[in-house]
Amino acid sequence: MVKMNMIAALNSALEHQLERDENVVIFGEDVGYFGGVFRVTAGLQNKFGAHRVFDSPLAEGGIAAIAMGMGINGLRPVAEIQFADYIFPAYDQIVNEIAKLRHRSGGEFSTPVTFRTPAGGGIKGGHHHSQSPESQFTHTPGLKVVYCSNPYNAKGLLTSAIESNDPVIFFEPKRCYRGPFYGDPHKVPTWNSHPDGEVPEEYYSIPLEQARVVMEGSDCTVISWGAMVHVAEQAIKNSGLNCDLIDLQTLVPWDRDTVVNSVKKTGRCVIVHEAPKTSGFGAEMSASIQERCFYHLEAPIIRVTGWDTPFPHTTEWDYLPSPERIADAIRKTQEE
Amino acid sequence: MSDRKTAVTTPYTIGTAPFRPGDEADFGGKFKEQPEDLNRPDPAKCSADDTIKHASGLVRVLNDDNEAKGEWIPDISAEQLIQGLEYMMRLRIFDDRMLKMQRTGKLSFYMRSFGEEAVAIAQTMALEDNDWIFPSYRQPGAQFVRGRDMVSMICHCIGNTEDNVKGRQMPVHYTWKEGRFISISSPVGTQFSQAVGVAMASAYKGLDEACITWLGDGTSAQGDYHYALNFASTFKPPVILNVVNNQWAISTHQNLATGGRTFAERGLAYDIPSIRVDGNDFLALYSVTKWARDRVSAGLGPTHIEVYTYRAGAHSSSDDPSAYRPDDEFKCWPGGDPVDRLKQYLIKSGNWDEKNHKKLEKKIDDEVMTAYKAACEFGDLASGPYPPASTIFTEVYETVPWHVQEQREELGK
Repeated sequence: MVKMNMIAALNSALEHQLERDENVVIFGEDVGYFGGVFRVTAGLQNKFGAHRVFDSPLAEGGIAAIAMGMGINGLRPVAEIQFADYIFPAYDQIVNEIAKLRHRSGGEFSTPVTFRTPAGGGIKGGHHHSQSPESQFTHTPGLKVVYCSNPYNAKGLLTSAIESNDPVIFFEPKRCYRGPFYGDPHKVPTWNSHPDGEVPEEYYSIPLEQARVVMEGSDCTVISWGAMVHVAEQAIKNSGLNCDLIDLQTLVPWDRDTVVNSVKKTGRCVIVHEAPKTSGFGAEMSASIQERCFYHLEAPIIRVTGWDTPFPHTTEWDYLPSPERIADAIRKTQEE
Repeated sequence: MSDRKTAVTTPYTIGTAPFRPGDEADFGGKFKEQPEDLNRPDPAKCSADDTIKHASGLVRVLNDDNEAKGEWIPDISAEQLIQGLEYMMRLRIFDDRMLKMQRTGKLSFYMRSFGEEAVAIAQTMALEDNDWIFPSYRQPGAQFVRGRDMVSMICHCIGNTEDNVKGRQMPVHYTWKEGRFISISSPVGTQFSQAVGVAMASAYKGLDEACITWLGDGTSAQGDYHYALNFASTFKPPVILNVVNNQWAISTHQNLATGGRTFAERGLAYDIPSIRVDGNDFLALYSVTKWARDRVSAGLGPTHIEVYTYRAGAHSSSDDPSAYRPDDEFKCWPGGDPVDRLKQYLIKSGNWDEKNHKKLEKKIDDEVMTAYKAACEFGDLASGPYPPASTIFTEVYETVPWHVQEQREELGK
């Protein structure tokens, strides 16, 4: 075990994949010589060559398309979309092409592409460097959707994403690249003192479809993913209650047993995500949980999310779910 | 294009079709370009600059008297040409039979390659067997060249129990991995940039493989076309990029697809050798594609080709061209009919005659009819049997995830 931030952990996962599988190639905007605007691919071109780690023209639609073609012809491409906000020019290629290829070809062709993309707010990125568009992919059959939250699961989940023969959209909470985020913008902790900043240097993987139980308690089940996992953790501490905190990790397919067993135990549930509320993945979770746990529920399921508005610049702390909003929701579930 | 026809409008220009219903279509008789106009640059040394005239001109081999002329005469035997003629005849007869099936309710939909039979057939014949084919819906003919069984193709179009894509796609959306014929998609142009990726993977593996792909004049407005050219220009993979300019994107004439020069000339700006070729001239198409393939073997990467042709039929079985163009427009197309032109060339060169032609036509017609009957044994559109409903849920992912499995159980099939 060594200390790693999320950037180093992701870099380590990529390095192992490049070493273990000669069919792995990595490309995207600025990922080659420079090593990525967030430095996730730093040093990899030098070590593995420009034919395996390279800069592409600035066209997300083209990046997705060549990734699909490479995957059809035996490679295992890992493409970086520099910000999740910029994935939309590639949306047709991802949703209509990559996601459907296996099915539409009767299983004769498939393409094991992984898209890595930094997502979420907290860096003063305004409308177009802050969005968290996971639900725009969870609604597309054929894609797996993964959202890491710390260095340890970032490395293990990215390994599984790349090794998956299904296409995977892999979201990285950019606010957590260098440290966890507890909802207070004035405190900038690092991963150095966090247990999940301890990362094995060697290869390992974390299975997709497996949620992570961050803390256990019987008062309420709090479900989250990405940066909001840490904010929810802070909120639970502030609330003075004992809660199960579930970091979903993989959104499609999500870990049914862990979620259902927890809600049946606590009878109460709060779902936290930073994407807008309407048609967010919290809606899917809430509906699924009431279908499966209705007679165990003691209170309505509450969603704490970003607002149904564009993501703001200077007022982002009023947009993102805060520890206070989440703690209020947890307390509210106790009133019934 | 200098002869682009536009309506006089303000405040902006709107292209118009040269002729509309009621007009007398007249393309001026023959092409002004002649087979001996353009040289054949050395494919192993050629740069984009060497093709400036080829991108604005028109590569032809067959002249107006059905003779092969000029530097582009390909190295192809009479036997191979007769084989090519047979593939084109097969495609036309097959298409006609399938359209009849559609008209009598036996297929939900159909798209013919009428008038464009030479495109996929001559071009696939010019390739190596291990080259990848990434088609649009107007290149099913490549499958005949690679030897796909017609029964299997018809089963796909019906969507019956033997449809290899399991009733999931509309007719004509073929997939055939054995023939390296990659799955056809409805969104137009997406395959163009994907083909660049396929070719990059071949290059990565150090294999002498090409990937050929096509899209239409209308589709060349899509971003995917420009992504493909730019990525092909940047990475120089072994890809052959064809714009099939068949004049019509459903009802939209090519005059509305671009206000610029020829489609071929766009490739020059990307520094890709670019050639405009008579798409109804089997020998010219074969020759230009072979030339592009030679560039691949020489390690020079991409070639951009405008295949200049005419969509003689409707866009699809759902389309009615009489609403937007004169019915007889095809009859005065300077490029003529690709099947008839190759036939006349073979007759004139003493390798073919009417008797053989009729005999072959009858043989193919019988084979298509036999294949059609055999395919219907596996189920017809009206009464099935169809693929089991469980195929809705399989191959969405490599293995069926729990939430999809639950929904399958809910359907109870």
